[in-house]
Formats: sequence, C-alpha cells, structure tokens
Amino acid sequence: MRNESLKQRLGFGVLLLATLIVVVPVLSILVLILLKGWGALSWKFLLTMPRDGMRAGGIFPAIVGTTYLVFVSIAFALPIGVMAAVYLSEYARDNWLTRTINLAIINLAGVSSVVYGLFGLSLFVIFLNFGVSIIAGALTLGIMTLPVIITTTREALRAVPHAYREVSLSLGASRWQTVRHAVLPRALPGILTGAILSIGRVAGETAPILFTVAAFYLPKLPTSLSDQAMALPYHLYVITTQIPGIPESYRYGTALVLIGLVLVMNITAGVLRARYRKKR
Amino acid sequence: MKRSLRRAKEFALERLLFLSGTASVVFVVLIFVFLLREGAAVFGHVSLGHFLGAKFWYPISSPAKLGILPLILGSLLVTAGALAIAVPLGIAAAFYIAEVAPKRLRTVLKSCVEILSAIPSVVLGFLGITLLVPFLKNFLGLPTGLTAFSGSLMLAFMAMPTIITISEDAINAVPREYKEGAVALGATHWQTLVRVVIHGAFPGIIAAAMLGIGRVIGETMAVMMVTGNAAVIPRTIFEPVRTLTATIAAEMGEAAQGTPHYHALFAVGIVLFLISFAINLTADLFLNRGKKR
Repeated sequence: MRNESLKQRLGFGVLLLATLIVVVPVLSILVLILLKGWGALSWKFLLTMPRDGMRAGGIFPAIVGTTYLVFVSIAFALPIGVMAAVYLSEYARDNWLTRTINLAIINLAGVSSVVYGLFGLSLFVIFLNFGVSIIAGALTLGIMTLPVIITTTREALRAVPHAYREVSLSLGASRWQTVRHAVLPRALPGILTGAILSIGRVAGETAPILFTVAAFYLPKLPTSLSDQAMALPYHLYVITTQIPGIPESYRYGTALVLIGLVLVMNITAGVLRARYRKKR
Repeated sequence: MKRSLRRAKEFALERLLFLSGTASVVFVVLIFVFLLREGAAVFGHVSLGHFLGAKFWYPISSPAKLGILPLILGSLLVTAGALAIAVPLGIAAAFYIAEVAPKRLRTVLKSCVEILSAIPSVVLGFLGITLLVPFLKNFLGLPTGLTAFSGSLMLAFMAMPTIITISEDAINAVPREYKEGAVALGATHWQTLVRVVIHGAFPGIIAAAMLGIGRVIGETMAVMMVTGNAAVIPRTIFEPVRTLTATIAAEMGEAAQGTPHYHALFAVGIVLFLISFAINLTADLFLNRGKKR
C-alpha cells in the first residue's frame, strides 16, 4: 500500500514537471520581451516613419497597415461567420449537408497559413486582378479566421437555454423573429469574444500576407484598399532576418508591440467569456 | 399585405443565412481549385512520380530540377522531432491540468496554454533566431545552430496548446462512473489515471496528436527562420533542412509568374493542402468515435 502511494506521488511529480516545462518558457518569453522591448517604446517609436533603411525612426506604417488589415478582414468575415453559425445552430438539420459543412470548417481551420497565402495570390491577386493590395490580403485573412468566428458564435448560440426559443415561438413569433429577438441578444457577448479573438489572430499572421499585401518598405502610408501596406508581423520578420545592423532593442520593441496587441485582444476575450459564463 | 412583405423579407434573410452556412464548403473548394489552377501546370514539366520522388530541388537552374523529396523529408524530420517532444509533454500536462491540479492553479495553467497558442509564430521565430539558435550552436558545438532540431524545439511548443486542450477535453469526457468504479474497487487516484482514464480518453488523445501533426506540418514562419533552409536530404537532425512550407514562403517572392518554379511552388501547396485535409478528416473520425462511446 505504501508502495502505491509512493508511486502516485512520483507519478504526479512527473506530470507536474512536464507541465512546468511547458508553462515556464511561456512566462519567461513574455517577461523577456517586456523587459527588452520596454526601453524601445516611445511615442516617437509608435508614431513616426522608419528612417535610415529602417534602422531608426518608428514603426508607424506597420501599425497602420495591420489596423487596416484587421478592420477590413473582420468587416468581411464577421457577418458571414455569424450568419453561418446562426444557420448551423438554429436552422440546420442533422443531415449530410450539415456534416459536410462541419468538415469544411474543420478543414479551413487546419489549412496551413502559407497555403492561404498561395490561395490569396491565386484568387484575389491574379484571378480577380486586385493586385498585391490591402483588399487581397484582408480577404485572405478573413477566410482564414472564419472558423474561429463560426465556432465561438455557435458555442454562444447553443449556450442560450432552449426555453427562450420555446417561449418566443409559442407566443406566435416566427423562427427569424425568435432568433433575432430572443436568441441573438443573449449570445452577443459570445459573438464579441469570437470577433476579438480573430482580431488577435489576424494581427499576428505573417504567411498569408507575404504574397498578397505585405510590403518590405513603403515611404508613404496607404491611401486606399488597393494599395500595398506594411504590417507588424511582416515588419518583425524583415528587420529580424533581412536587415543586418538593427539595434536589438528595436527588434524587441516591435515584437513587444505585436505581442502586446495580440495578448490584449486575447485577455479581453477571456475576461468577456468568463463574465458571461458566470452570469448564466 | 404587410404580413406577406414581412414573410418575403424573412424568406430572403433565411436564404442568406443558408448561403453563409455553406460558405465554408465553398471556400474549401475554392482553395483547392485555385491551387490547382496555378499548380497543375507543373505536371507539364515533370511527372507526378518525379515531382514527389526526385532527390534534387534546384528550381532556378536550367533546366529546373523540381524534386520535392528533400523538402518532404525536411518536413517529416522536423515534425517527427517536434512530436517526440510535444506528445509526451503535452499529454502529461493535459493529465496534470485535468486531473491533478487544484482548481485555482488549473485556471492559471489553462491561461498560460491559451497565451502560448496566441503568440504569433513570427515572434517565436524571432526569439528562436536571437536566443535559441546561438545557444544551441555553442551548447552542442555545431557549425550552425540553424538546424532541424531548432525547428523541432520551436514547433514542439507551437503544437503543445493543440495537444493539451484536445487531450484535456478527452480526459474530461471520460464518464465519472468509470473513475468512481475504479476508486470504489480500491485503486489509488494514480492507478485510476493510468489504468482507466487513459483508456477512455485514448481516441481523443490520438486525435490530439494528429491535430498536433497538422499544426506542425503547416507551420511556416518560425520554421523558416530557424531551420537554415538548405534544400538537401538531411542525414541527422542537427543539420539545416528546408520544409515544404518554408520553401513556398521563401521562394514565391522571387519566382516569376508562369515559370515551372512558380507552378511547382503551388503544387507544393497542393501537397500541403492534401496532407492537412487527410489529417483533419482522420482526427475527426477519432474524435467522433470517442464521443459515441
């Protein structure tokens, strides 16, 4: 018997060790980037153009480009994603079509990010003749983030108790009125969570924008959706691998801005989700 | 009159919902069609067997040599290394989080895993190239730290969130009666875990490992930044390699549209698409089998 309890303590110790090996590097990465990048941060760094072949100055155009990409891709993907989730949760029956749709969602989520880049190049840049542009990159990113929006929205819709629908229907409301007035308002925080999560995802992706929008360096800010743009993740890639002699703090500063942006989105989404789960 | 107007509006809206619902299917088909549109032409230059099996990838020599075997082996090597690290660690961590950790700690650990999954791959690549690569070069006494092993280490961490969350779901889905039965028969908590829970969660854990593979094979930026990008058949894991994904990302910028090189890169994309398709389909089968029981 003592033997067994010793075994248990040993076993749990191994499990704990494995968990620490996963978790400790994550926390050290965050602390390291914060410490090393903090010194580079200033209003000048955030709000001016790069100078001296991007070895000095700021990262303003990359921030602007990423903002463009985030807004356009969410504006495209959010309506489609939410409507798709409403269809799947409120209308779809359990038949082959629904199963096909579910498989398609899983596959969209699994496609490699660089394959999305090829797809965007082939469809938007070449076939639809958008050229290398914000609109081509944003649509590519939008399609990539669709599975995130659909699955979180669907989860939020399913969490709305069935009674709401039954009461609404029994009062003579049509199916759509029920969805619109009884179900959607209660799923709103969950839908918002999905939207915010996908903002974080879109802001951090590099491979899908490589051939569809990203520019190495642009002296001017983009003025329309058919312009090329710089973007934060691609900028970090460029100053890390393509340009020698950049001060290290400058790289860490860029990484800090990028990771800060992504994490703020994720934490906001997490808080929101925890809140509405508690309410129920 | 007003009523029929409303009904017409609702009919239109519901059609729109249906169309959006099927959008995912449309996009999957579009991805495949538009990869084929640019990629199929490569088979006018090389046969399928040559493309997949030839040992040389010299896309800009003339005539271009377009064999992706070194790239496939590069991807496989990096993936195998990453899995050897990530699968045991990930499953162990999933057991700790789901079964052993106190409730408070569990929340903290789960947030850490979520943060890990949110870190953009280019940031990990940046840290890899500035910290990990020089460290490995000195520590292991290698001519370069840009090796398949560096890639495996980075990718192991990127696959961890997938493996942990899906295994954890599978562990939590094991019916409580199983555990209670084992404990009632006098088994310790540890014995219950290794003799009962692990069997119930097995299909889910397999699916977790498979989706981990999918995540690793498709990863691009971090891998491109730390593996050294030498398109030769690797002998050991401590040599530079070039993966399928990194090849596309690194070469598409310089491949002129319409050249065999350009078509070949799209064909590599088709290969990647088919791999992820197969992996996701099989993982889904395992997940559904886990649910039915």
